[in-house]
Amino acid sequence: MTPLPAIADAAEPMVPIPFRIERTVKNLSDTFTVDLRPEEGRKPFHFAPGQFNMLYQFGVGEVPISISGDPQDPETLVHTIRAVGAVTQAMAGMKRGAVMGVRGPFGSAWPVEAVEGSDVVLVAGGVGLAPLRPAIYHILANRARYGRLVILYGARTPRDILFRAELEKWSSRLDTFVDVTVDRASGGWHGNVGVVTKLIGRGGFDPDNTAAMICGPETMMRFTIQALNDRGVSNERIHVSMERNMKCAVGFCGHCQFGGQFVCRDGPVFRFDRIEEMFLVREL
Amino acid sequence: MVHIEGLERVLQEHAFFAGMDDGYRDLVAGCAANEVFHAGTYVYREGDPADKFYLIRHGQVALEVYVPGKSPIIVETLKSDDLMGWSWLVPPFRASFDARALELSRLVSIDAACLRGKMDQDSSLGYELHKRFAPIVAARLAAARRQLIDLYGHPEE
Repeated sequence: MTPLPAIADAAEPMVPIPFRIERTVKNLSDTFTVDLRPEEGRKPFHFAPGQFNMLYQFGVGEVPISISGDPQDPETLVHTIRAVGAVTQAMAGMKRGAVMGVRGPFGSAWPVEAVEGSDVVLVAGGVGLAPLRPAIYHILANRARYGRLVILYGARTPRDILFRAELEKWSSRLDTFVDVTVDRASGGWHGNVGVVTKLIGRGGFDPDNTAAMICGPETMMRFTIQALNDRGVSNERIHVSMERNMKCAVGFCGHCQFGGQFVCRDGPVFRFDRIEEMFLVREL
Repeated sequence: MVHIEGLERVLQEHAFFAGMDDGYRDLVAGCAANEVFHAGTYVYREGDPADKFYLIRHGQVALEVYVPGKSPIIVETLKSDDLMGWSWLVPPFRASFDARALELSRLVSIDAACLRGKMDQDSSLGYELHKRFAPIVAARLAAARRQLIDLYGHPEE
């Protein structure tokens, strides 16, 4: 059994700690992964799957990014980042050896220990696979403690499939069901074409004993929840990772307020029945 | 002694027929035939007469749009327990897409003229089949719309 670190709290939540970029990998045309190591003398970085950090490009700005690495490897802090704004585009240009500020870890975690004994269905869309990857690492490292493991992933096109080599590796395991679909493809693609919700019926899980974890854009999560409900999975067995405009990351500034909760402090991972009413409020 | 088994049992195992009255299923089985398609072969092509529909038993079939001079665009893939083709229900009874087997695929085809004849004679059979087709058509339409809205993109993009 591999023990999981408790949900970690940043010791000095408002002070960025310098980390050095050890490796940068371009995953997709607009998405890259950085491996960070603490500066010498710093403690290893413990986190729970689903938590996030505030990453600081000095002189440019700070952004919240989920941790996408292995929670069992506290020496390497891994983030997968889409370059869509000024800060993340600047980060995309950072080279090995450059220093990035890190505040964290923050927020709630996927309930990977609470759902031991259950079938587990993980549904990701687009870059939403990155925040789920630490949960996948943990479950695979402790595979005997779970029932059926189902990983379902949807992307726009075959070129947009994140962590493709790892999806193929997980797919080759006899104890894991992996299915991937894309919205559009040309004749050379031999996988599924269709929405990710269509894969749910093929997972072969027991809806009365299944824990589902979903990460992707909210529209994708809404349709996925409907599809899981149609299969008999109830909302208290579904967890989602929410995304809002997180700034302070500790529930002070209120930028990420979501009804009566702060996504940075009370989330980003929520049990769906606890936010169901707010989730369906269009103005939120 | 050789025992020849009809397609009634095969239909019984397919999701489309789940819970269907045995009598109706046997009527459909009278119009059914087994078909095998090797990887890369076409089950039908856009514009072909829609004289059959198919139940996929094993394998995977892509519904495609032919693009002159380029690779076809795959709009959907179908697998075991899926149903393929409803143009046989709608005039002018022509296939709307190419259907190409992506791997060795075993299908059961249902002859449309045979089944339409039975539905004309027994409207309750027609009603039963339409009740089963309508949710499939609705689900496929909803899925196609979700593909259009770019489910994995972010709203600000």
